[in-house]
Amino acid sequence: MLSCFCSQRHIAINPLFATGPSLNTRLLVAVLFSLTLLITEHRGTRLESARAALSVLVYPIHNLVDAPVHLVSSTVETVKNMHKLKEENEKLKQDELIYKTQLLKFAALERENIRLRALLEKSFKLGEQVLVAELLSVNLAPYEHVVLVNKGSRFGVHPEQPVLDAYGVVGQIIRALPFSSEVMLITDPSHAIPVQVNRNGLRTIAVGSGQINRIKLPFLPNNSDIKKGDLLITSGLGGAFPQGYPVAVVDEINYQPNKPFAEIYATPKAQLNKSRELLIVWSNREPVPLFSQETPEISIEPNHE
Amino acid sequence: MNNPSSLLRFALSIILAMCLRIAPWQEPLTAYNPDWILLTVIYWSLASPERRGIFTGLTVGILTDVLTGRMLGLHALTYSLAAFFSLKLHKRLRQYPLPQQGLFIMLCLLCSQFLSFWLENLHAPLRFQASFWLPVITGTVCWPLVYSFLRVVRLHNRSR
Repeated sequence: MLSCFCSQRHIAINPLFATGPSLNTRLLVAVLFSLTLLITEHRGTRLESARAALSVLVYPIHNLVDAPVHLVSSTVETVKNMHKLKEENEKLKQDELIYKTQLLKFAALERENIRLRALLEKSFKLGEQVLVAELLSVNLAPYEHVVLVNKGSRFGVHPEQPVLDAYGVVGQIIRALPFSSEVMLITDPSHAIPVQVNRNGLRTIAVGSGQINRIKLPFLPNNSDIKKGDLLITSGLGGAFPQGYPVAVVDEINYQPNKPFAEIYATPKAQLNKSRELLIVWSNREPVPLFSQETPEISIEPNHE
Repeated sequence: MNNPSSLLRFALSIILAMCLRIAPWQEPLTAYNPDWILLTVIYWSLASPERRGIFTGLTVGILTDVLTGRMLGLHALTYSLAAFFSLKLHKRLRQYPLPQQGLFIMLCLLCSQFLSFWLENLHAPLRFQASFWLPVITGTVCWPLVYSFLRVVRLHNRSR
């Protein structure tokens, strides 16, 4: 076996004596270098530009892994038969009509809401822009709920932006790279999102459970007014998530008389393990001024860049 | 020192390992996914210690950190340490039969997993489950496979 290690003609003789620094010195340099990196990373975000530059190198690998899944879904799309497509088109047209009428009502309600808030002397935040991003089917770490999407800082994506799908809140951007960004799902054990019960406005925090279909509400006392089937929406506290988006539905309440807090679980509204298209949201930071005369524009069109 | 064909083989095997590392396995399988990149790094340090060494481990490690979104330097540290031990012991390890090599591999994987467990907990305390340690076992089981495959990659058509 040893013979095949030096059977190549290019290097007829393997270097008998080590050249360059010794093994121990090299190890020392490598360990010191990685420790420096780790400490710098631990202290702050100064290495983000280096990571962004290196991410260009690994971006093809992410795409390479995603390619088969992408290919399958696009092939399924291509070979769908005419009849099915027609049916689907019909259904989409009907849906669009319904949504458009609802939107008409929504615009009127919005204006009414602004007028009422003006009467109450409260300013009102509205106006959100969204960007459609597609999920890359890669698995970064098995014990984390972090996914990769194909839009990055080249599209103006930045950390802490909320991410939605058609049904509810998905998570938030934790790192924006030039061509892709990492999204932490609301079910990740280290993710928490401020929510309120839609029925009565009870505010609390929902923490990820590590299971893809579960989040938990660990900070509600046993006597709090919450029931099975209650819808949880974002409360807008904390500033990361805009107010009023559906997050989850309460589905399990265990009262624990011997402990200060009840054990409450909810199922996310968003289809966390099914959606391939996600919406990255830019919320308008500037509140609408009080008693404004002009009507504010609501832009819910995806911005095509 | 490096000839292009061997560098190409090395690079291709690392890219393949990276693809396997982030492949979207189905739910019960993802916890078992071994650290293919570390196995590849160990193989190359054992097989051609005069060309692939600690700095190779360091470079591959940094790329892996970016690939999987870990802290920069996490895999760089574990991979360069693994490369160091493989280089130190390569003469002895080459004589060992595969199962005995597997013991060394298991130790390497365990150390690497332990270091990343500790460093990640330092950075963001996650609630790790027992399944965090599963890749060590599957990695050891996969070693003969990786070894024979990479041996073919390294020696195929070489004498031409």
